[in-house]
Amino acid sequence: MYRFNHKDLLGMDQLSVNDINMILDTADAFMEISSRDIKKVPTLRGKSVVSFFYEPSTRTKASFEMAAKRLSADTLSLSATDSSMVKGETLIDTARNLQAMNPDIIILRHSSSGAPHLLARYVAAGVINAGDGMHEHPTQALLDLFTIRKKKGRIKGLRVVIIGDIAHSRVARSDIIGLRKMGADVTISGPPTMIPVDAESLGVKIVFDPAKALRSKDVIMMLRIQLERQSGIQFPSLREYSLFFGLNKELMKGAKKDVIIMHPGPINRGVEITGDVADGPFSVILDQVSNGVAIRMALLYLLIGGGRGDNLD
Amino acid sequence: MITWIKGGEVIDPRSGTKRTLDIVIQKGKIERLLPPGNFSPPGDIDLKIIDASGMIVTPGLIDMHVHFREPGEEYKETIATGSQAAAAGGFTAVACMPNTNPINDSRSVTDFILERARKANLTRVYPVAAISRGLRSESLTEFGDLKQAGAVAVSDDGRPVTSSELMRRAIEYARFFNLPVISHCEDLDLSNKGVMHEGTISTRLGLRGVPAASEEIMVVREILLAKLTGYPVHIAHVSTEGSVTFIKQAKEEGILVTAETAPHYFSLDHTALTDFDTNAKMRPPLREPKDVEAIKRGLSQGVIDVIATDHAPHSPLEKDVEFDNAAFGIIGLETALPLTLALVRDGVIDLPTAIAKLSYNPASILSVKGGFIEEGKEADLTVIDLNSEYVVQKEGFKSKSHNSPFIGWKMTGRAILTMVGGRIVWESNEQRNPDS
Repeated sequence: MYRFNHKDLLGMDQLSVNDINMILDTADAFMEISSRDIKKVPTLRGKSVVSFFYEPSTRTKASFEMAAKRLSADTLSLSATDSSMVKGETLIDTARNLQAMNPDIIILRHSSSGAPHLLARYVAAGVINAGDGMHEHPTQALLDLFTIRKKKGRIKGLRVVIIGDIAHSRVARSDIIGLRKMGADVTISGPPTMIPVDAESLGVKIVFDPAKALRSKDVIMMLRIQLERQSGIQFPSLREYSLFFGLNKELMKGAKKDVIIMHPGPINRGVEITGDVADGPFSVILDQVSNGVAIRMALLYLLIGGGRGDNLD
Repeated sequence: MITWIKGGEVIDPRSGTKRTLDIVIQKGKIERLLPPGNFSPPGDIDLKIIDASGMIVTPGLIDMHVHFREPGEEYKETIATGSQAAAAGGFTAVACMPNTNPINDSRSVTDFILERARKANLTRVYPVAAISRGLRSESLTEFGDLKQAGAVAVSDDGRPVTSSELMRRAIEYARFFNLPVISHCEDLDLSNKGVMHEGTISTRLGLRGVPAASEEIMVVREILLAKLTGYPVHIAHVSTEGSVTFIKQAKEEGILVTAETAPHYFSLDHTALTDFDTNAKMRPPLREPKDVEAIKRGLSQGVIDVIATDHAPHSPLEKDVEFDNAAFGIIGLETALPLTLALVRDGVIDLPTAIAKLSYNPASILSVKGGFIEEGKEADLTVIDLNSEYVVQKEGFKSKSHNSPFIGWKMTGRAILTMVGGRIVWESNEQRNPDS
């Protein structure tokens, strides 16, 4: 019999197809709670969830906190500015101190790839990777898969294109791994300076030109251009980027009529996507945000032990 | 006193000797080399007999590339602990790179290192002085003064000499003092703060990559500068297929270039990083399987002259941290010999060639003592048990640090006795009947 049996969620890499289906099914069941008048169930009462963000985040942090609260867990959130990190404490020392307070789950966002893996080796609590460097952002990938499945009814066999700064994107990595595992066909697109070396080894096709890449695709995922990367080395200017790699109405003429457009946010209107497209009929960007809460509720529930045979309610 | 190393198979790559010989040592020198059964010790003298039957006896191993962290970072390694690690690994001499704190760019630091080495009194320690003051690639250090103080070579190792003009002048100026020039080949712009090899694994892990071209561009520059100046350049820690190709071509054209690699570049590839293991983080980084194969080819074809460890001790303070923040480098003195012997067992190189790359060749490049076994010369010798099997253990290192990716590896072959100038500086507990 299948059981969800993980202490940590460090990356999409570690999940099986069954695990992913279990998470999405559980999220489906939790969706309903968020639409209730009283959006709270006692499932995780007495459990504690610490979120630890070494990097700024609005949506992911809020989404985890909302998810934990709707399940009645106690939450504590720390960010780099109010942590001992600024006082020179190492990640391992911080981890040991947090562990001494015996939390059930630690959610970590960190600018270094692999930081959650390091943390997980030193704490007994479950660790959820909320984004590590340029490595992975598994909860984003899960909510993307969840959104696609809800909108399209399936994932297997769909054709997905991811457009933008693939090389520096943890969202792209996790999405690629998740989509490939679930049987989707994935194309990546963007300026060659932003396509990672040996990208084919991830099991994707590369079509540099978005206008060509988005043809006959069921899903278009746009990535955020990080404005801080605008050094003039990866691409000359935001203006030129938007002209050749941004998604706009003109480009959308070449897309399938039932395509959905996704974006992990926050969006730079007029850079990687124009406002009219982001707010237009194909966009599911806000659904992604709502679905994110359900996915994170499902994960907290499953990691704390809900997958090991207890009843859902 | 006379020391009699009895019944070992002497392997001397320079003379081509590979047969059982007794070695008689007196006053620190090899007095006689003779077939077994021909030596009868005088009765009235102190005699130490070392039974080397079943063992091989080689010229003392020489590691031309180590980082002993003294002065400045004695919590990682001192010249004394580094020398212990060297002796335990079978090395009778090491050349230590100048990136200490303060940097070895002046006579006083060279003097200090040699003074510490004398106090440690184990292996020979040869300081390598910096090429540029402060390793800043701006102006030359005082090569003449440093050589007189005891420096055996110049290098900015740990950093490349970023200015091609300065490197050209360094090579020309070194010629006057007959100082070898050792180059750390890396284009820092192209490395772009990378933390591992750029390839499939860096793409999957989301770690910034260092392309092979970052090394190769500088290897080609140094080859062209060696050609321009007509004076040799030694390329440190070769790690890529391209570097091997370019060095091979240069040697075929008669350009004076020599090269070394480190055991990790023929023993591991970038898949060792999959779990973000900071003990597999080094510069240059572990490359791809095709590079590993090319390094082996380079060793067997004589393109790569030397095996040197790039022994780089770091404490948990630098290694038990996020991968991006972890220091580059691993220790190597105590694992180099067995990893090289594995190449011999795999048929990549024969035993005399392996020993040459660990002794005679580095001695020749640096123009230092040792590297061969001959009557009348210093008794710097290593006795090796080719069959000793053991597992590398964290607690087993003599080095002050234990940042090694080889912990847990099963090894075959080790030095059981290391002798410097006739004096035993390391003797394994496994040694059979040391006084029989």
